[in-house]
Amino acid sequence: MPSTAASRPGGALTTRVDRRPQLARRLLLALALILPLSMLLALGSGAVTLAPGEAWAALLGQADAQANLIVQQLRLPRVLLAAITGATLAVSGAAMQGLFRNPLADPSLIGVTAGASLGASLLIVLGGGLLPGLPGLTLISLAAFAGGALAVLVVYRLASSETGTSVATMLLAGIAITSLAGAAGSLLEFLADNEHLRRISLWKMGGLDGATFSRLGVAAVVGGALLIALPRYATVLNTLLLGESEARHLGIDVERRQRGIILWVAVGVGTSVAMVGTIAFVGLVVPHLVRLLIGPDHRVLLPASALAGAILLVLADSLARVVLAPTELPVGIITAMVGVPFFISLLRQRRHFGMTP
Amino acid sequence: MSLLQLDKIAAAPWGEPVLADISLSLPAGRVLAVLGGNGAGKSSLLRLVAGDIAASRGRASFAGQALGDWPRRQLATRLACLPQFSSLSFPFSVEEVVLLGRTPHSSGRQQDRLIAQQAMQATDTLGLRHRLYTQLSGGERQRVQLARVMAQILDRCDQGCLLLLDEPTTALDLNHQQQLQATVADLAGRGCAVLLVVHDVNLAAAMADQLLVLDRGRCAAQGSPGEVLTPALFRDLFHADVLIGEHPDGGRPLVISR
Repeated sequence: MPSTAASRPGGALTTRVDRRPQLARRLLLALALILPLSMLLALGSGAVTLAPGEAWAALLGQADAQANLIVQQLRLPRVLLAAITGATLAVSGAAMQGLFRNPLADPSLIGVTAGASLGASLLIVLGGGLLPGLPGLTLISLAAFAGGALAVLVVYRLASSETGTSVATMLLAGIAITSLAGAAGSLLEFLADNEHLRRISLWKMGGLDGATFSRLGVAAVVGGALLIALPRYATVLNTLLLGESEARHLGIDVERRQRGIILWVAVGVGTSVAMVGTIAFVGLVVPHLVRLLIGPDHRVLLPASALAGAILLVLADSLARVVLAPTELPVGIITAMVGVPFFISLLRQRRHFGMTP
Repeated sequence: MSLLQLDKIAAAPWGEPVLADISLSLPAGRVLAVLGGNGAGKSSLLRLVAGDIAASRGRASFAGQALGDWPRRQLATRLACLPQFSSLSFPFSVEEVVLLGRTPHSSGRQQDRLIAQQAMQATDTLGLRHRLYTQLSGGERQRVQLARVMAQILDRCDQGCLLLLDEPTTALDLNHQQQLQATVADLAGRGCAVLLVVHDVNLAAAMADQLLVLDRGRCAAQGSPGEVLTPALFRDLFHADVLIGEHPDGGRPLVISR
C-alpha cells in the first residue's frame, strides 16, 4: 500500500479538508448574517452616533426627524454603495485570480483601474470636473469609466491574435498599460496646479462621500448584474485552474468564457472605480482570505468573497467616518490599515490551510 | 469500425511542420502506443487528437464524425486527455480534482461521486482523497490526474470512448506502473480505446496492441509490437544496439539493451 493520509505527518490536515464543505456552508451563512448587522452598525455611525436600535427605527422612519433624515437620505445610499462596491471588487478579484491562475492577481491587472485614474485625472486637469454630468454621474465618473474601458480594450487587443487570446500575454499587457497610464497620470500631476493636484490625489484615494441615490442606482444595476453573472462562471473557473487545455478537454469553450469573465470584470470594476475611486486591497485580499478558509472551489468562493468584500467595505467606511469625526478619512486608507495586519496574521498561519506560496 | 481515424494528417501549429502524413486507425477497445525520440511529435499527435492544435492537412475523425465538427462538451464526455504536465497550484482536495473530471456530464452528484470513487480506487488514490493536491508528491499527482481523466469517461466506455495518455508513467513507481497497466487493460476490456505516449519500449510492447513509431513528425514504423520492434528499428532510429527476446509470460517482444 502506498502512503495514505493517516500514515503521513500531514495527516492532521485531513479532517480540515474533509470538513471544508461544512465549513463553506457555515461561512456563507455567517457572512450572510453579518452583512445586514454590519450595515445596521454603519447606518448608526458617523458624526451623529446612533445605537443599532435607533438606526433601525430611523430607517423605518420612526425616529426623530433629524435621525430619519440622516439615516435615510445620507447614510443609507452610502452604506448600500459601500456594500455593492465591496462585493463587486471582491468577486471580481476572485474571478481574476482564477482566470490568471494566480492568487496575486487583482482586478486592476487588466488595466482598468489605471485607465480610470488617468481618465479622471485628465478631466480634472482639463477643468471639466466642475461641469455637470448626467444625473447620478459626474463627468469625472464618466471620464473614469471611459478611461478604464479603453485601457481594457487596448490590453485585450494586445493579447489577442488570430490564434486566440493568451492570458499570459494579457497579464503582461495589463502591466504595461498600467505603467503607461500611471506615467501619463504622473505627467498630468506634474503639470497640474495645486488645486487640481489635491483633487486628483483625493479622487485616487477613493471615498464613498459622494453617495446619492442616483449614483447608487447606477452602481446597483451594474453591480447586481455582475453578482448574478460571475457566479455562473464558477465551474469554468474551477476547470481553468487545472490549465487552459485541461479546461478545453473538459468541454469548456475557453476563449469565449475567458472573454466573458474579462468583460464582466471590466464593466464592474470600471463602474466601481468611476463611482468611488480606487479602493485597493479589497479585490486582492478578500478572495485570498476566503480561499484560505474554504479552499479554491469557485462555487462557494465567489459568493463568499462577495459577502466578505461587502462587509469589509461597509465596516471600513463606517470607521472612516468616525475615526477623525467630523472629518472623513478616505476609505482606501482604512481598508489597508485594518485589513493588512489581519491578512498578515493569516499569512503566517497559512501552512495550516495548505496554501503553497 | 474504428473509433479514431486519422488520414494523412499534417500539422504545423508554429510554422514548422511537427506532424506529416500520419494515418492510423484505432478501434474501440484497442491500445495504441506512440514511440519515438524527444521532439518526434508524439505529444503533438496527442494534442492534435485532443483538439489543442489544428491539422493543416488530412482528416481526423472520432466515431465517424470529423473531430472539429463535434460539439465540444459532447466530445468531452467520450474523449479525455491526460497531459504530460499539470500546472494546478491551487489547494483543491484530491477528491475535488477528480470530481472536476465530471464537469462535462450532468449525471448528478450521487453518480459523479460514485464514478470518482471508482476512478480513485483504480489509481490507488482513494486514501488520498482528503489530502490537498498541492501537498502531494509528483507520482501521487500523476495518479490523481489519471483518476480525473478516468472519471471523465468511465461511464461511457461501452459507447466507445478514447483516452489519451501523455507519458502517464514518468513519475510512477514500479507498483503503480503495473497498476496503470492493469487499469489500461481493464478500460480497453470495457470498450475504451487508449492512445498513449510512453518512453519505455517494453511497457509499450506489454500494453499496446499496435505501435506507432514517429521520427521527426513522420511515421517510421507501424504495426503490432512483434512487427515493429526489430533490431534494425533501434539501430536506425535510436542508434541503440539491442536484442529482441520474448517475454516469458505471454510471448510479447522484450527489448534488452546489449
